[in-house]
Amino acid sequence: MAHGPSESFFSRWLFSTNHKDIGTLYLWFSFAMFLLGGAFAMVIRAELFQPGMQLIEPEFFNQMTTMHGLVMVFGAIMPAFVGLANWMIPMMIGAPDMALPRMNNLSFWILPFAFAILVATLFMEGGGPNFGWTFYAPLSTTYAPDTVNYFIFGVHIMGASSIMGSINIIATVINMRAPGMTYMKMPLFVWTWVITAFLLVAVMPVLAGAVTMMLMDINFGTSFFDAAGGGDPVLFQHVFWFFGHPEVYIIILPAFGVVSQIIPTFSRKPLFGYSSMVYATASIAFLSFIVWAHHMFTVGMPIAGELYFMYATMLIAVPTGVKVFNWVTTMYKGALTFETPMLFSIAFVILFTFGGFTGMMLSIAAADTQYHDTYFVVAHFHYVMVAGAVFSGTAAVYYWLPKWCGRMYDETMGKVQFWIAFIAFNITFMPQHFLGLAGMPRRYADYGLQFADWNMVSSVGAFMYGGAQLLFLFNVIRTIGWGKPIDDPKVWEGAEGLEWTLPTPAPFHTFSTPPVLK
Amino acid sequence: MENTTSHRNILIKSLLGAVVMFMFAIFVLPPLYDLFCEITGIGGKTGDAYTATEVAVDTTREVEVQFVATNNATMPWEFYPVEHKVVVHPGEQKEIVFYAKNLTGMDMVGQAIPNVLPNNAADYFLKTECFCFNNQPLAAGDDAELAVVFIIDPDLPASVNTVTLSYTIFDITDREAMQVSQLQ
Repeated sequence: MAHGPSESFFSRWLFSTNHKDIGTLYLWFSFAMFLLGGAFAMVIRAELFQPGMQLIEPEFFNQMTTMHGLVMVFGAIMPAFVGLANWMIPMMIGAPDMALPRMNNLSFWILPFAFAILVATLFMEGGGPNFGWTFYAPLSTTYAPDTVNYFIFGVHIMGASSIMGSINIIATVINMRAPGMTYMKMPLFVWTWVITAFLLVAVMPVLAGAVTMMLMDINFGTSFFDAAGGGDPVLFQHVFWFFGHPEVYIIILPAFGVVSQIIPTFSRKPLFGYSSMVYATASIAFLSFIVWAHHMFTVGMPIAGELYFMYATMLIAVPTGVKVFNWVTTMYKGALTFETPMLFSIAFVILFTFGGFTGMMLSIAAADTQYHDTYFVVAHFHYVMVAGAVFSGTAAVYYWLPKWCGRMYDETMGKVQFWIAFIAFNITFMPQHFLGLAGMPRRYADYGLQFADWNMVSSVGAFMYGGAQLLFLFNVIRTIGWGKPIDDPKVWEGAEGLEWTLPTPAPFHTFSTPPVLK
Repeated sequence: MENTTSHRNILIKSLLGAVVMFMFAIFVLPPLYDLFCEITGIGGKTGDAYTATEVAVDTTREVEVQFVATNNATMPWEFYPVEHKVVVHPGEQKEIVFYAKNLTGMDMVGQAIPNVLPNNAADYFLKTECFCFNNQPLAAGDDAELAVVFIIDPDLPASVNTVTLSYTIFDITDREAMQVSQLQ
């Protein structure tokens, strides 16, 4: 029964129901979106290189900040982790494929259409969405360009894709574990993903609801968010962040999972505190539903509300602290080596923790009044999203790429990329903390002269960081085409888990008969 | 495969869960938010028309009521309170007037949205009559005196001595295209 992939290029990729091929599609798609969103970021940083307007119109600047956020969150980071889940979850739990392979194909192939619709708005009359990635009403309703309807349709498709992808992961993990693979024996990447999948099924429909209400306000005369008709724009912020806060954990939990696989491998020690990691992940997921209004401390909440959301937010630091403690303790007295995936993972732990601390600062309701909507917030979420999700995604690619294609990447080039990325990232975003504390608001195309120096530093860092990603692309292509062939099933000396018992490169079909667990 | 039913089970349950969350976002969250605001008085929304009952006027106490009028961004009308403040006793019925004039050459419809500060006074600001209960069509160049009849509930918290009633007037001509045609 060992069928290979279809001979024809088109039928192989368009009609694929193979988890590995679909995982590959997701990963390439997300990398393409990552470069596109990165190009938008380069436009932003080029304009902000000096005060005054040099390159683009303010309207276009607004479209760039909006599209950068939307493309990076929904097009780059989320599909990247879905791609990793597709590749790795069946191999990690000893399943032959995903539970619902044809739905898997559908959930990938609607994504390019969603982003084609979204990106096409940039070329339409009135321009693309210009209201920020959080698309607060009434900016996104009363004052939105006409293309907002395309944006809404695009978000609906992305949501459908995410929900289908998540259901697939839930069904796979519940039904298709190899005999003996109990829940508490699952690798942590699988655990974090199954919890993420439940979050996605719960909140992507809320996002769909928010954009549907926008659609009705814009086109059908309802007044959900329109004060003139008795609605309330603040309601939009509540609905959005009821989706939006779990969303940030949807992005970061699989990243936690990746790092929890990599650090034990290169420490040559089992993960410290496995079960506490599982419970911490579940606690973070639960807490993510009850803290949403810390994004909107300045809307005029009663003091009791501010205090509640402040303390509940601070509570998240407890399970997150457990995780950081466990990663550090895993490394403690380990036989450490510093290959590229490990470097990215250690940088993840350091920089994510740093971003977590600035998050603690932002959670203080009284202080947030000063930080709100400044570059301090921008710096904070780039520390957790870029140094968090993107670094861990990069680590994951370097860690599993040799397993996927049976060729070793260039370690020197990987390390060079890491150091450029690490230094450039900090040059880009560290100064943004200072800018924010000094009062520079986010989402403006221009700024006062007092902010000029740090903005220039930040822009230089951003261009370096962008360059590091091209090196990454080059290294990956070089590995797939011309990398040194390897056939050691384990690839890494300290790697543990079912995926490393398979031959390298991983065959097209794996675990057609379930593996036997010791 | 022997697992097929089970896969389908999970698929159907999860999709149902997703549909429930979608319905929750559209049909439960907005009313829940309104209810929450009504209970706590956040947002300063005042209630619907109040039917006056005989209440004893508390002459021992005086409350200053201030009036504010604001035009929403694109609203070109002249709109202001004729008196900027009055002093009333709780329980006393009082009528005040806002003036509105359509300065444009087009027939328009306005809608005033009330807001009361402080938040804990919103529940005690009772309006027996208010132009804000209906929208206000004004033909090109027309003006109107818009009346509000209100009573301050004697149960108004003792800490509140000043209440501000603010109206923001919105241009809802596009929404009410029918009424504009009737003006002509």
